Amino acid sequence: MSFKKKHILDMASLCVDEVNIILNTAEMMKEISKRHIKKVPTLRGKTIVLFFYEPSTRTRTSFDIATKRLSGDSISISANSSSIVKGETLIDTARNIEAMNCDIIVLRHPCSGAPHMLAKLLKNTSVINAGDGMHAHPSQSLLDLMTVKENKGSIKGLRVAIIGDIAHSRVAMSNITGFTKMGADVIVAGPPTMIPSGIETFGVSVTYNIDEAICSADVIIMLRIQKERQEDFFFPTEREYSKVYGLTNKRLEKISKDAIIMHPGPINKGLEISAEAAECFQTRILNQVTNGVAVRMALLYLVAGG
Amino acid sequence: MLILIKGGRVICPGKIDSVADILIKDGIIHKINGLCEKTKADTIIDATGKIVVPGLIDMHVHLREPGFEYKETIKTGCLSAAAGGFTAICSMPNTNPVNDNRQVTEYILKQAEKADSIRVYPVAAISPGLKGNGICEYGDLKGAGAVAISDDGNPVMNGQVMRRALEYAKGFNLPVISHCEDLNLSGSGVINEGSTATRMGLAGIPCAAETVMVMRDIELCRLTKGKLHIAHVSTKESVAAIRDAKKRGILVTAETAPHYFMLTQKAVESYNTCAKMNPPLRSDEDRRAIIEGLADGTIDVIATDHAPHSSIEKEIEFDMAANGIVGLETSLSLSLTLVEKKILSVTELIKKMSTNPARILGLQSNLEIGSTADLTIIDTEKRYVVDKNKFKSLGKNTPFDGWHMKGKAVLTMAGGKLVFEEDSI
Repeated sequence: MSFKKKHILDMASLCVDEVNIILNTAEMMKEISKRHIKKVPTLRGKTIVLFFYEPSTRTRTSFDIATKRLSGDSISISANSSSIVKGETLIDTARNIEAMNCDIIVLRHPCSGAPHMLAKLLKNTSVINAGDGMHAHPSQSLLDLMTVKENKGSIKGLRVAIIGDIAHSRVAMSNITGFTKMGADVIVAGPPTMIPSGIETFGVSVTYNIDEAICSADVIIMLRIQKERQEDFFFPTEREYSKVYGLTNKRLEKISKDAIIMHPGPINKGLEISAEAAECFQTRILNQVTNGVAVRMALLYLVAGG
Repeated sequence: MLILIKGGRVICPGKIDSVADILIKDGIIHKINGLCEKTKADTIIDATGKIVVPGLIDMHVHLREPGFEYKETIKTGCLSAAAGGFTAICSMPNTNPVNDNRQVTEYILKQAEKADSIRVYPVAAISPGLKGNGICEYGDLKGAGAVAISDDGNPVMNGQVMRRALEYAKGFNLPVISHCEDLNLSGSGVINEGSTATRMGLAGIPCAAETVMVMRDIELCRLTKGKLHIAHVSTKESVAAIRDAKKRGILVTAETAPHYFMLTQKAVESYNTCAKMNPPLRSDEDRRAIIEGLADGTIDVIATDHAPHSSIEKEIEFDMAANGIVGLETSLSLSLTLVEKKILSVTELIKKMSTNPARILGLQSNLEIGSTADLTIIDTEKRYVVDKNKFKSLGKNTPFDGWHMKGKAVLTMAGGKLVFEEDSI
């Protein structure tokens, strides 16, 4: 099977075969980053616009490095340095970028569905979603799948626990879709206020008891807690959150020694995860970041025509 | 000037339902019976096979003028309404400036007169600036021509203000049209709360945001014995609350819009901003409850909540897109599906689209000798495909573009004057 997707919008629109192609391609790409000269000519002459409406270090740098390792030309635009501040709409800005014959727009946007709108309204340019609102973050889910596959051999049948603010996390939603699609058993845990309505229809189990979720898990994905959620009464205090829902040192002792711990970053050390847990031998947080470059190289390569 | 409408099935709920000719003399219904054939009329309209009903009334329309004339003007709104079979519409006060004083009410009426089409009845604001923290001069507003008051678009969050509005408006027999929404509960929500919202990563609005306010207002209506009308009912629990209130003899009436009985939140999938509205499209369970409410009389009125927007407000990110869809030119066809499915009889439908809103607002809706000829001729068999680009409305924001419809208004007469005629009649 060859890869025919023009856009990468979310995990829901990728089939199992497509995910496997991306993961296999990423494995090959990873090798390039280990070379002395970390560059191949694959995307020479391709223009990739990194269009970030939200602050981002990891994802943006990762896409930028991925582009450069493939010899593509990357241009970064952020909301506050673009015509957005002059009142131009997203679609108009995107049409202008398209008029300059760019090949791929990588979009990070606070509104869910923004990349879908560009994919629908632009004529030739490919769109890669680098995170939209609370909806999807497919490249993050793919790098998480890659990291798990590397460590566990395969994904099918694994117990994956996703812990924290499920309701507001595009990483959680993409991983729920991605891991269940690839045959893992997913359990989500967090305070009831952060478990979104209708989650049971996604084929996951739900618990409000984090110990229940992590005790037999092969993979534990801790989610970043946004401190401002406190203002909307989703949890009472950081103290209570870390005690009841955090991966504390005490909980670290209870998990399987074969389990791996992941986190999409940036970490609130001491809140959703203790410093020790974030740095222990079971942690794969930095491997995730390394794999992020490989996955994004794979996505750019495949979307640009393979 | 004599106009003869020949051979139609004339339906005026509770008064007449038979095939008859209608003779209109100088804008007034002169005769209704089978004896008109020999009359020499200036204009003869053949209504054979069609139904002739009292002019439809849409009690919930956003005309956008003054202030947002690029979205809709009073004139284009009237033309749109006429094309949809309406002879009277109520204009909501969320214009700029807000219709919270006599000058704006008079301006709207003046513009409507200039449009020289159908009748426009202004709904004035409950509170100055729609801010929900005081009450307007209902006496003066009624004197200027307002037929109801509403802060539509905004709820009156302060229970005391709502209580006083219901009480004070009672003195002028003005109905209070309530947009029921607890803003704290709806928060940043943009579609119905549930698995669709979760899958799309959009903040949800729970049904409770509407229903708790419906319940509050019913209780305030019981307390004040004012006239309460609940706008755009969208949830199952709201229907149940209104049904229960009516059983207890509370003076509450209610409306829903065609999209709440035709569509569910599924229409929003693919981030279709033309299906974004407030209250949001709900679940199929809610949709079925709305239909039951229409069937058993809990919901008195079908109104459109016609909310024209330009592409500037709709061709943007879903979260930022404006709420609302246009409705005037699709309402009747969509509502006729209820007749087709035998949920309502034609007569019951006409009640919900003319008789009942007239009763609530104190307007005319009848086909009787001596009354002004405000009437609509409907061809219930006419098939067509909705083409938003042919709308008379400036707003093209509809989720029904391309839908295959059966039944439509083919002629609209307001004040004895022809304001719309389908090309093929």
